[in-house]
Amino acid sequence: MSTLGLTWKSMRHRKSGVILTIVSLALGVALLLGVEKVRNEAKDGFTNTISGTDIIVGARSGSLSLLLTSVFHIGYVSDNVSWETFKKIERNPQVAWTIPLSLGDTHKGFAVLGTSNAYFDHYRYGNKQNLGFSQGGKLEGLYHAVIGSEVAKKLGYEIGQKIIISHGSGEISFLEHDDDPFTVVGILKPTGTPVDQTVHVSLEGIEAVHINMHGGSTKKTDMPSMDSFDALLEAKEEAPDYTPKSITAFLVGMKSRPDALALQRAINQHPAEALTGVLPGIALSELWQVVGVIENILLGISALVLAVSFSNMFAMLMMNVRERKREMAILRSVGARPHQLVGLVVSEAAIICLSAITLAIVILGIGIATLSPLIQSEFGISLGFSTLGFAEATILTGTLGFGLIISLIPAWRSYRSSLADGLSIKL
Amino acid sequence: MDLSDKGSAIELQDIRFAWESETVLNIDHFAVSRGERLFLGGPSGSGKSSMLSLLSGVETPQTGEVHILGTDLAKTQGAARDLFRADHIGYIFQLFNLVPYLSVIDNVTLPLRFSKRRASRVDDSKQEAERLLVHLGLGDFIQRRVLDLSVGQQQRVAAARALIGGPEILLADEPTSALDRGHSEKFIELLFSECEAKNMTVVFVSHDTQLAQQFDRKLILGGEQS
Repeated sequence: MSTLGLTWKSMRHRKSGVILTIVSLALGVALLLGVEKVRNEAKDGFTNTISGTDIIVGARSGSLSLLLTSVFHIGYVSDNVSWETFKKIERNPQVAWTIPLSLGDTHKGFAVLGTSNAYFDHYRYGNKQNLGFSQGGKLEGLYHAVIGSEVAKKLGYEIGQKIIISHGSGEISFLEHDDDPFTVVGILKPTGTPVDQTVHVSLEGIEAVHINMHGGSTKKTDMPSMDSFDALLEAKEEAPDYTPKSITAFLVGMKSRPDALALQRAINQHPAEALTGVLPGIALSELWQVVGVIENILLGISALVLAVSFSNMFAMLMMNVRERKREMAILRSVGARPHQLVGLVVSEAAIICLSAITLAIVILGIGIATLSPLIQSEFGISLGFSTLGFAEATILTGTLGFGLIISLIPAWRSYRSSLADGLSIKL
Repeated sequence: MDLSDKGSAIELQDIRFAWESETVLNIDHFAVSRGERLFLGGPSGSGKSSMLSLLSGVETPQTGEVHILGTDLAKTQGAARDLFRADHIGYIFQLFNLVPYLSVIDNVTLPLRFSKRRASRVDDSKQEAERLLVHLGLGDFIQRRVLDLSVGQQQRVAAARALIGGPEILLADEPTSALDRGHSEKFIELLFSECEAKNMTVVFVSHDTQLAQQFDRKLILGGEQS
């Protein structure tokens, strides 16, 4: 009976060393769990940057570069897709909706995306979530802008804010379309995707500033202070054609998902114009494999930290074998069997591992609670409490299993020395 | 197993016991009867510790028979010898007998955790431990931490532990070596008064032959028997 009782009392007697071991092991386990969690959430967040879109179409290029440009607004594509081709595919009876994307301008380092209101109806991210407005609404006028939550937060913008867009990407741009200020009419809810860092305007708005810029018309120069409603009326009166000649890329949603493959093939073989059609899910996983290397390095480092914690526990148990020789001899003299002495060491390791696991979960919980707002805003990764998944369960049972296995070495030592020394105690 | 009062408690036959190649014990025949109190003396290296290892079943001889209470330990498996020791043998070390993290009471009742037989002989282990401790003159020290006890007090707690649950045989390995003459004699007296009531067989190892007077018989290893 009650080897466990003896173990418990013995551990209490040596509590400072035991507590240090538990804390060190717990930190190792918590770090590993934390990295695993961030890794998973980052991957989920990443692969869920866009969902519900069946095909991304752009000019002929690599699928990764098209994905980076159209979804992440990184880099740029040299060729555009003609408006006629866009319209042609939009008219395809199997196509449910399309979202045109026109990139290339920036506002204070944030990408400016020319699009249509279809974007707010059909663009989805995460688990097929639609975009939502925290304030205001869609683009109704030529010089209207809808900004992502990060743009609003970083720049402190509210509804009604006038903004000027610059040609080209980058924080500092020499060409500013400062004749044509846009007015913020809507602010989107946070999504944890690049949408948060994007200024959305209408395709026509972008076309208008470019035409005016390049001296096509000077009509707008005399009305920078006019409010947008008047600008809209004016624009309609004059009815200049601001339909773009081409766009950077567009997103396609199919009426029936299986048709996407056939359409993608047709797009890639389109004779009139060199196009690339990309299935976003596949392209995202491809991209993740490139980015994922960093995550694996992180995972490796935390595994090393855990290994250090384990060697710490191992050292403590080994030291105890020597310290507890007297105790073991006394226990043998009162009839403890060698296997019971082994049980003392192994059950101590089990208690240490279980306590460390419990503590690690608590540390992880506290860590998520305190750090998740920071991580969400800095990296766009949302960390939430969730039930332990397969990977976490593997880490935890692995910790316990490995702890027990390495405790067998000191336990074996203790068994051997108790046999060798018998009841005489060699100090 | 012969547990009747007749016959020898301990009987060694044709024992040869060696450490590596060096023969330590060479005994043709040796017996201790039930209830007998034997003093085992002799200089260092004369084989006293080896004798205790054989009698407690920690070691087995290369040849010969070790009958304890009718069981031949030389022919018994290791785990069974451990169980036998737990059930039938009380053991007192020279020094540092107590587990430091256990209370005085828990130290005394320790053998009851490992032997069902000894546990079954005690109705209330705490009460029995207290009775033994009071009897051994430790009534005032039951609540103390074991590390706060003097060496003499620790040895008496060890004696209480060896006695609890009434094992048939008490083995003592120089338990009085750290005590002065007066305390040693008092210790042996107290020990005997308990052993007598239970008819326990005592093998008491010491290099201090003057203590032998208190015993029924003495055996000096590396010398002659008297």
